[in-house]
Amino acid sequence: MRHIISILLENESGALSRVSGLFSARGYNIESLTVAPTEDPSLSRMTVVSVGSDDIIEQITKQLNKLIDVVKVVDLSEAAHLERELMLVKVRATGKDREEMKRVADIFRGRIIDVTESTYVIELTGNTGKLDAFLGAIDTSLILETVRTGVCGIGRGDRILKV
Amino acid sequence: MQLTGAEIVIRCLQEEKVEHVFGYPGGSVLFIYDELFKQDQIKHVLVRHEQAAVHAADAYSRSSQKIGVCLVTSGPGVTNAVTGIATAYMDSVPMVVLTSQVPTAYIGQDAFQEADTVGITRPCVKHNFLVKDVRDLAATIKKAFFLAKTGRPGPVLVDIPKDITNQKCEFVYPKTIAMRSYNPIVKGHSGQIKKAVQLLLDAKRPMIYTGGGVILSDAADKLTKLVRMLGFPITQTLMGLGGYPGTDRQHLGMLGMHGTYEANMAMQHCDVLLAIGARFDDRVIGSPGHFSEVPRKIVHVDIDPSSISKRVKVDVPIVGNVPDVLDEIVKQLEAAEAKPDAKSLAAWWKDIEEWRGRNCLRYKQGDLIMPQYVVEKLYEVTGGDAFVASDVGQHQMWAAQYYKFDKPRRWINSGGLGTMGFGLPAAMGARFANPKATVACITGEGSVQMNIQELSTCKQFRLPIKIICLNNGYLGMVRQWQEMFHGNRYSESYVDALPDFVKLAEAYGHVGMRIDKPADVEGAFKEAFVKHKNELVFMDFRTNPTANVFPMIAAGRGLSEMILAEDL
Ligand SMILES: Cc1ncc(C[n+]2csc(CCOP(=O)(O)OP(=O)(O)O)c2C)c(N)n1
Repeated sequence: MRHIISILLENESGALSRVSGLFSARGYNIESLTVAPTEDPSLSRMTVVSVGSDDIIEQITKQLNKLIDVVKVVDLSEAAHLERELMLVKVRATGKDREEMKRVADIFRGRIIDVTESTYVIELTGNTGKLDAFLGAIDTSLILETVRTGVCGIGRGDRILKV
Repeated sequence: MQLTGAEIVIRCLQEEKVEHVFGYPGGSVLFIYDELFKQDQIKHVLVRHEQAAVHAADAYSRSSQKIGVCLVTSGPGVTNAVTGIATAYMDSVPMVVLTSQVPTAYIGQDAFQEADTVGITRPCVKHNFLVKDVRDLAATIKKAFFLAKTGRPGPVLVDIPKDITNQKCEFVYPKTIAMRSYNPIVKGHSGQIKKAVQLLLDAKRPMIYTGGGVILSDAADKLTKLVRMLGFPITQTLMGLGGYPGTDRQHLGMLGMHGTYEANMAMQHCDVLLAIGARFDDRVIGSPGHFSEVPRKIVHVDIDPSSISKRVKVDVPIVGNVPDVLDEIVKQLEAAEAKPDAKSLAAWWKDIEEWRGRNCLRYKQGDLIMPQYVVEKLYEVTGGDAFVASDVGQHQMWAAQYYKFDKPRRWINSGGLGTMGFGLPAAMGARFANPKATVACITGEGSVQMNIQELSTCKQFRLPIKIICLNNGYLGMVRQWQEMFHGNRYSESYVDALPDFVKLAEAYGHVGMRIDKPADVEGAFKEAFVKHKNELVFMDFRTNPTANVFPMIAAGRGLSEMILAEDL
């Protein structure tokens, strides 16, 4: 099962490598990992997407909690939550493809944020499935470059992860 | 008062009442050594290799309630120390490791003797710090001691760049420390404890299984009280020995790969298992699949939630400090109206006595000295009251099987990492922590050579350690596996060109003895422990080269699938 684990951790140098080191040392899988400081600059918030059985995910959260720099850990996928990922795609946009590319971007509510005579950079946010679907909907041979941030997530409603 | 970083380090150690620091100097640590020189409250023990400094500090912690501290220089000093740090980490031993680093401005430039200490040691410490500002130094050292000894203990490392040790700032040692990200649970959940007590009272075939957590948390007395109160059988892991008296009838001996028949059988066939400060590791329960073929309810008490339900699913997890939880269990048992089911218990004990009747540790003493016999004689001569440090191999298992530890912190061995070379420096650490105690080191001719240079440290500090070398001429444990699982192909397990250990001991200024005959064993011990009481004696016992450790469970097999000596 795919899980989205949210982690509040001390914004110390090395804290990130403690988390990533834990995953590699114990053979846990990481699909994506994002991290940035929160409104409190002494804290960072990290989102890790991992795939594993319930037992493994339980071990992951316990092992994360054991790290001294980790303040709180929540498995967002246990209840209602939102997840978003940002993607920038640079595509070839010439001839009839230029029009078509704009049309597909519009359907996916993407924005074209850079234009040259032959290329577009399209910005797209959404959950992982939506971004994958967009890449599936355009002609792969036109893709010059893609960059994705990885998932960040937040609980719905009253679910709040704070110190 | 304005102090330099180096002065601050020393002041912090003094504040922590540190009496001994095990270490080895070098370029980047010189300011700290300079301050050590100027004071006499902290005694520095100069070892001959940094690995030994760490093992000694580790055993200092294991054999007492004090905290071992070691100090090494950057680069090779640190890399030499890594094996020691990993050893302590695997056995959850509290320890503070101070390392020096190249000056801040040189970090990242491949400076002379630079190593990424924080990076290299990250996976084998409870936590580590790089001090980047002298004003953080005192609080960081305070945190290091706090983290090392609270919660699930472990080694904590503080890396201090050379320039920081020479900069000045105001010194204040914080009285307390609070960390929002670190709040270990102490008290067990009383609802969970209630469930546990009910299970214990309802049990027909109860079993208690304890590990190193009992020793580390100083819970031996409370454990003994509980076990006696319940009248249940108990088994202890390699790391737990001494938590409950080894000579008591309720104790079934050690369990696991080389555990006793009765302990492993009772563990496999019990219907309620109370696990305390133990972690169901592969050397203890063998295959988890085989273990769970027999249905049983498991109560697991541990300070570390991640140890619970890691290898074996448990029914009643209790996260907490072992002595606190034991207190609560005893209290609830005393208040309970029900008592353990005496009739079922009697029937269970009857089964156990039958298993015990197999006498699985029996061996025959022939013309060649049997290693088991040496350990038994050592036990007699020392009245069962010595601190016994061990290396890793067959001798370690024989020591664990035949030396019946009645008290905690007497048995000092590398269980988790299984580090050859641990024994001699560990014996040194134990002796520094217990300056009047009898300290023995049970070792093999392979292991002892991995830190043999420490004979020099022993001379310098006049440590009257008795080294009992069970010399079988083989890397015995490797040879045993090759005999049993690799068709007798003894690939590189024969130790050729051994030194003359008697002369070697004498060259270092110690007493050396060589013992070849079974009839001489007892006399040799008397000579070593009485006549040479105040000297280090290296006892080179030439033992039966093909003796094997039994019972044995092959790796990956189940607890009841033991191979016994009598089967062969
Ligand atoms: C540092 C290290 N290297 C290798 C091993 C693997 N190993 C485990 S036991 C053993 C043999 C130990 O031989 P010895 O010290 O003579 O003891 P014996 O088994 O003969 O009693 C070896 C090589 C180890 N545990 N530690």
